[in-house]
Amino acid sequence: MTKIIVDDKAYEVPAGNNLLHACLSLGLDLPYFCWHPCLGSVGACRQCAVKQYQDENDSRGRIVMACMTPASEGARISVADPQARDFRAGIIELLMTNHPHDCPVCEEGGECHLQDMTEMSGHTFRRYEQTKRTHRNQYLGPFINHEMNRCIACYRCVRYYQDYAGGSDLQMLGAHHHVYFGRHCDGTLENPFSGNLVEVCPTGVFTDKTFSQDYTRKWDLQCAPSICQHCAVGCNTSPGERYGRLKRIVNRYHNDVNGYFLCDRGRFGYGFVNGDQRLHQVMRRQGGSEETTGQAAQVATAAAGHRALAELLARSDSAVIGSPRTSLENNFALLTAARQHFCGGFSAAEQQIMQTAVTNYRQPDIGIPSPADIETADAILILGEDILNTAPVLALRVRQAVRNRARDLAAAAGIPAWQDAAVQELAQQSRNPLIQLTVDNTDLDAIAAINRQLAPADIARLGFAIAHGINSEAPAPNDLTAAETELADRVCALLNHANRPLVITGTALLSTAVLEAAANIAKSLSRKLDAPCPLHQCLAECNSLGAAMLAADSATLEQTLEGVEDGAIKRLLVLENDLYRRCDSRRLDAALDRLDELIVIDHQWTATAAKADWVLPAATFAESEGTLVNSEARAQRFFAVFPGVADVRAGWQWLTAANPGAWAAIDAVTADRASAETVAVEQVATEKATVGKVAVGKVAVGKVAAGNVTIDAVTKACAASQPLLAQIVAAAPPAEARSQGRQVPRMPHRYSGRTAIRAHINVSEPKQTPDPMSALGFTMEGDPTHLPPALRPSTWAPGWNSNQSIHKFQQEVNGELAGGPSGVRLLDEPAAAAAATWFTEIPPAFRAAGDKLQPVPLYHIFGSEELSQRAEPIQARRPRDYIALHPDDAARLQVCSSDGISFSAAGLEFCLGVRITAALPAGVIGLPMGIGGLTPAALATPLTVTKAFDWQPPPSPGDRAVIASDLAANGGAAP
Amino acid sequence: MLEALKAVQSQLVTLWTVIQHTFSRADTVEYPEQKPYTPPRYRARIVLTRDPDGEERCVACNLCAAACPVDCIALQKAEDDDGRWYAEWFRINFSRCIVCGLCEEACPTYAIQLTPDFEYCEYNRQNMVYEKEDLLISGPGKYHDYNFYRLAGKSVHGKDKGEAYREERPIDVKSLMP
Repeated sequence: MTKIIVDDKAYEVPAGNNLLHACLSLGLDLPYFCWHPCLGSVGACRQCAVKQYQDENDSRGRIVMACMTPASEGARISVADPQARDFRAGIIELLMTNHPHDCPVCEEGGECHLQDMTEMSGHTFRRYEQTKRTHRNQYLGPFINHEMNRCIACYRCVRYYQDYAGGSDLQMLGAHHHVYFGRHCDGTLENPFSGNLVEVCPTGVFTDKTFSQDYTRKWDLQCAPSICQHCAVGCNTSPGERYGRLKRIVNRYHNDVNGYFLCDRGRFGYGFVNGDQRLHQVMRRQGGSEETTGQAAQVATAAAGHRALAELLARSDSAVIGSPRTSLENNFALLTAARQHFCGGFSAAEQQIMQTAVTNYRQPDIGIPSPADIETADAILILGEDILNTAPVLALRVRQAVRNRARDLAAAAGIPAWQDAAVQELAQQSRNPLIQLTVDNTDLDAIAAINRQLAPADIARLGFAIAHGINSEAPAPNDLTAAETELADRVCALLNHANRPLVITGTALLSTAVLEAAANIAKSLSRKLDAPCPLHQCLAECNSLGAAMLAADSATLEQTLEGVEDGAIKRLLVLENDLYRRCDSRRLDAALDRLDELIVIDHQWTATAAKADWVLPAATFAESEGTLVNSEARAQRFFAVFPGVADVRAGWQWLTAANPGAWAAIDAVTADRASAETVAVEQVATEKATVGKVAVGKVAVGKVAAGNVTIDAVTKACAASQPLLAQIVAAAPPAEARSQGRQVPRMPHRYSGRTAIRAHINVSEPKQTPDPMSALGFTMEGDPTHLPPALRPSTWAPGWNSNQSIHKFQQEVNGELAGGPSGVRLLDEPAAAAAATWFTEIPPAFRAAGDKLQPVPLYHIFGSEELSQRAEPIQARRPRDYIALHPDDAARLQVCSSDGISFSAAGLEFCLGVRITAALPAGVIGLPMGIGGLTPAALATPLTVTKAFDWQPPPSPGDRAVIASDLAANGGAAP
Repeated sequence: MLEALKAVQSQLVTLWTVIQHTFSRADTVEYPEQKPYTPPRYRARIVLTRDPDGEERCVACNLCAAACPVDCIALQKAEDDDGRWYAEWFRINFSRCIVCGLCEEACPTYAIQLTPDFEYCEYNRQNMVYEKEDLLISGPGKYHDYNFYRLAGKSVHGKDKGEAYREERPIDVKSLMP
């Protein structure tokens, strides 16, 4: 710690940072633009000027930029000094000379850093009366709006986009006061993290286009703390709702998981909540109809749905299927409803690989790195996983780990890490080594030291060879080629040389051998390091790990289908799972047709729902509460943003209501009812010096109806049922938690229009929907700031309306949130019985099987994930349908890149265009998941492929397709 | 004794004041036969005005709704093909409105204005809910010349980049000329 003196008051601040970092960490208000906690200082905007004094006798002082001045021991500065204040007011006045008179028609208005800083600096009257420079805007794709006139040239956008996110198509163009931040020409911003520009840009140059199309000011958005549903990383988000529609998603800071940034899939993939495939009403199939379209279903009442569900659950010939894309509570309610015939929702291949993943995480010599820990590694090996497309935010973290070589060099040269320009100048192209063994090219290839594309079996073999190379006790594969041996030696040399090596792998290839090879590498590294070696396993869906931990020994989908085929199972209940994504279509069709009854609980119209006799509408993440376990085994709670309409209920609500008998017997439920008044939850909340206490409230918020099970009771029962999940209760404070005696308000305190929103329906306003089962209320009354991080709906502090206000809630800038980490890590304790043994089953080398091609999955950030692919802007970025072939295979099949091929997989016929890529190993066929109807079910067996002579390329190019409003914005011309 | 005298005097003065008022003119008016005078800036029925070009002035910025102390204004922003913001719908619940005029003060485009027309009672409270078509008038109201989009930097139909008040022509970024 270092002592600094600010305005004659002494403070202790952490050593080694700059004065701006120190002042903001202390909770002092100091305006800034070009500095960003993740981007360091460049001193470009001159806004954070303070006066620095030599010593206590110095009365004149000198003006310095706080962001460029180290907080050295005894530094004496003044923020309030009149000269410094005048300087800052002068700077903001200069920055504002060309700023347009746009605030009323600007999406940033109300959460604008420039507005906040202008207010803070006291620039209230425009004196400049000369002309303003103007710019033309660019079309930047379906995600981002561009309004270049508003730019104050802080350079944050290009520093984020190029340096931090590794993008190359956003540049600073032009010279002097003509500088322009955009692309070389109109076109889609290609980096998959471009959405963060919306939050990085301090003004309204880059704004969220999807939000603008259905716009609401920040102060009118009802928000709740939530967790992203589109991959297993578990980024914390803050979705906003108004008028019953989910309007947007912004980042919610969590220093261990997502930090300040989200990927574009997470930010723009929310459209499925409002989409036309969304289910809101109970539907039953009309008797005897063979039709399986939406029209064939007729609307029924919720009560009838409950009856049908209860009847199904009461019978002994019923089976139930859970889902890795829904919460633990929903899955547990299903498990309780039918423990005998419960299927976790995984296919056999998925079940096997998920159990391997859980086993790996429980090994004593394997550590589980959080996404933030990945940034601290000095050598990273990625085995088999295309992380940019399956766990995007991890790719951003890996990029920083690779760049952080610069920090080590700077530390050696005595340059502080926050001196961004100097550090980059020193480092030039020096990088920490990244080694990638994948099946196809990835977007991280450009920064990797070693890239090699191999078939999954060969990746695993090479992994085993690397493990053996690091520690000769590890089993070695036989008959490696000379090239493979040489490659393994190079990788071993890099990993052996590293002080903090890290291994990343994943389940995307559905290859258990790859996971086992990665575990062996981590084990041999841990012997070298004499400490557990970090191994991160990327998983497929938002609750894959939770579902695998809940139902370790449950039936697989194949076993359940066998039960249906033998006639043992006559009725099936499917919860939020599209079985056609995981099973052979023909087999599934036949099995579902054999059933007496199929009930589907889901929020989307899926192929499985189309076969159902009853469809019960489920709540999405935006309308329900639940717990998800991410790929580092962190259990995190998401909360309902707005109440569901019509028949929409959370899966656990449908299931507990249909099965009250089973729930009445569960101790945790009865205990929960009894303890509601006695539990005193004391949670240290937040802001800097003020410590709020969350305690049991006195204010009644409506009563849970007698006989109804609460979400907390389900969570507790789930925790009690499975030792691995025992900690999930601590993921967030319980429903009884209160802040200042009240529920946490989901609406901001300035929420407008309460007496007009529903006045056209009835002028007498109904009272606000009570939410007795949650610590949050659908209300604007209460304390929005003194909250534990797990309950903070959105980020706002007085005078700081933008998301930059997050520093008011951090213990230190860039550090942990005040109030401690949210979420709880479940697998930090290794399994008691786990012995440090090697995996020894090494697969044989990959050989092309005659005419048949081995299918391998390829993933796309836009299009591969089940829910986000239903959002319109994500569809606009989806690649066109294709399959990928090696040139040798293409030559053998006599196809070129303008031809199509046909094949049959998973019971479906496919006819798709060919993409020829030399990166792919020969003998495999790359199937893009989620594109052209291809699903993981198509990966089961080698494929016989023939040239399709009647294939026609699709009429519109999917890759650069634009949505209608973009065409309009672009003068009718496609970019 | 003095106290008692003072009390009697107070009573007499009061009586005299009342008797005097018997002969003064009544302040009440025979409404509705006789209409009271309301000055042009009297705060009563709220309207949405148009700019001098006849376009809607409201840009759906939501400031009126945020300023409203009884939260009786709700609206939704929409955007037409040339980038102009407008209110897709705009609702005022006059049964809640306290005609304080804060919405007019907050309006950056002079769109929402209070008029002297105070005669908008209804027997049915539901009829006090006004939609955009009930609020929008065809003229500019109290401010004849103001046109927000002539001052704003956003380009709309009929006003390209660089054509707003005190704006330079758009910059050609590919030029190196100063």
